[in-house]
Amino acid sequence: MKTMTNNNINQSEAFYAQNVPDKSGHFGEYGGKFVPETLMPALEQLEKEYLKAKEDPIFNKELKYYLNEYVGRPSPLYFARRLTEKLNGPKIYLKREDLNHTGAHKINNTMGQVLLAIRMGKKRIIAETGAGQHGVATATAAAMFGLECDVYMGEEDIRRQSLNVFKMKLLGANVIPVKTGSKTLKDATNEALRDWMSSVVNTHYIIGSVVGPHPYPVMVRDFQIVIGQEVREQIQSAEGRLPDYIIACVGGGSNAIGIFYPFIEDKDVKLIGVEAGGWGYDVGQHAATLSCGEKGVLHGSLSYVLQDDDGQTSQVHSISAGLDYPGVGPEHSYLKDIHRADYVSVTDDEAVEAFSMCARLEGIIPALEASHAIAYTVKFAPTLDKDKVIVINLSGSGDKDSFEVARKLGIDL
Amino acid sequence: MNRIDAKFKELKEKGVPAFIPFITAGDPSLDTTRELILEFDRRGADMIELGVPYSDPIADGPVIQSSYYRALSSGIKLADILELVRDVRKKSEIPIVSMVSQSILFKYGCKEFVKNAVNAGLDGATIPDLPIEEAEEIIEAGKMKDFKVACFIAPTTTDDRVDLIVRKSQGFLYYISVVGITGSKNELAEELTNNIRKIKKATSLPVALGFGISTPEQARTAGKIADGVIVGSAIVREIEKHSNQESSILVNKVGEFVEELVNSTKNQN
Repeated sequence: MKTMTNNNINQSEAFYAQNVPDKSGHFGEYGGKFVPETLMPALEQLEKEYLKAKEDPIFNKELKYYLNEYVGRPSPLYFARRLTEKLNGPKIYLKREDLNHTGAHKINNTMGQVLLAIRMGKKRIIAETGAGQHGVATATAAAMFGLECDVYMGEEDIRRQSLNVFKMKLLGANVIPVKTGSKTLKDATNEALRDWMSSVVNTHYIIGSVVGPHPYPVMVRDFQIVIGQEVREQIQSAEGRLPDYIIACVGGGSNAIGIFYPFIEDKDVKLIGVEAGGWGYDVGQHAATLSCGEKGVLHGSLSYVLQDDDGQTSQVHSISAGLDYPGVGPEHSYLKDIHRADYVSVTDDEAVEAFSMCARLEGIIPALEASHAIAYTVKFAPTLDKDKVIVINLSGSGDKDSFEVARKLGIDL
Repeated sequence: MNRIDAKFKELKEKGVPAFIPFITAGDPSLDTTRELILEFDRRGADMIELGVPYSDPIADGPVIQSSYYRALSSGIKLADILELVRDVRKKSEIPIVSMVSQSILFKYGCKEFVKNAVNAGLDGATIPDLPIEEAEEIIEAGKMKDFKVACFIAPTTTDDRVDLIVRKSQGFLYYISVVGITGSKNELAEELTNNIRKIKKATSLPVALGFGISTPEQARTAGKIADGVIVGSAIVREIEKHSNQESSILVNKVGEFVEELVNSTKNQN
């Protein structure tokens, strides 16, 4: 049996880390860089600076300082006693990323990338946002370091997430409404990439998930693996062993890869990503990219994509703005193909039910995104033995979703 | 000989630059696109850059993006666009280079695309979201069929990358004249002349200049320093302006604008 020391964590990550992705950013056949030539030098610079920073003790010390003292890490791993009792199955633990400053895991990445932007001498930050959590986390980090910040957000998401829009403005960011296409996260990403095309000389683009061209998928992953590294130690002290299942929601997939990655070499730990099943499995009704999509190129990388037979991106739907995206990070596509992780989906209704259940049983209002992970657990846990252990990544707080859920339930606030 | 090569050779002998209008296939309809290509040929354009509409373009500005949406709203497919080229070939030998996103190419299949494109009478492609590192497969597939995959160089491109790109590019080089997306800019970027000169030292390939050229005056300036001048957004905007009118009126109006651009590009006095 393995002993859990820091040393072992590093070893277990080592094999995969040395081979995936390759030097040009390919996870198997996925990933890569599919962007206009104008952006290539910026990506090369970013990769170079990132690799240097990653090995720089001063950078790591500074990042750790802000994660501990400002973000509030480590986040607790909480034993959900009443949820466990209700489901009458394995022990369920919640990784409380909702307790981070700004209420989600997104800030782990934005703190890292803002520090990197400062190293590169870039004075302006841009970002795309869906649910607004990444936008708020970016605006927060930019405010703290006194950087100019523009956030692109689809009009439909601005409507759904008005609270986060207000917060970003309070934090001094400009929120730029995106009116093209489906007016959601995908279109906000197009606009942010376009902005970067003409501003690349003085601007850093903070992508909020493990998507986009290399080095973003690997860099954002590295900034998020702190989640899984903490879980490893925390579950060890709580249970004296590793969990049997780790369950996380997947839109772009940053919270999922953050909690999965430190367990990739532990084959007994089953990794389950939960996608947005929306209203059902007809085209345009869901955002379950890995479950229903196929290989394609979107937003700078090759991955699973929801698209039509001519390569045009399909319309998608999810009640959760953060999962309402037709693509997914290339590493998830790879993990799916090598059967290291399983990807499933739950519907809007199941997510909303789990949202309420978690609130009533645990006194925790989870984000609609994380509610997908809980919803799958609600279905899955009763089929398992009681001696098993499940860890759910509770990636964000549901405060931002109160209005949307009230609307869905027909309640006027 | 590939029509693109033949055209640049012919123009080089005459000592005049090429004028290359860009239009989006299917904006406002495939029939109008066919008529526009034939009209541009009559009005003295040397080559056509034919945009394949894509739902999520990142290299194109709002004007071209809107034209993509207009075209896609009628449900056109890449196969329809190849059919359009086949149709044009009954009446015209003007070189046609498609601009197509890698998202569409990947789905269609590189080799399949080259084969069908050549059969339809298409002469080459530019792929704005495919950097040189990922372009090997399509370039090699193109070489087998004498189909030209022309690559981009941007003002931000480092010297190392310029060397790599000039060695791989086929037919011509597409120099992005501004740091940014396609669309009109009031002034052509500075340092342009120097950058083009540098590239021309490294290669014998013709260099075409695009992005941000919108007026006859800018076209004239661009024509002085490059072997080809590409105008996109300004022409697409003209199409949009006349899109409520009868197709024949639209074709004539846009044709007049293109003729003006042709004349100023070529008249270098």
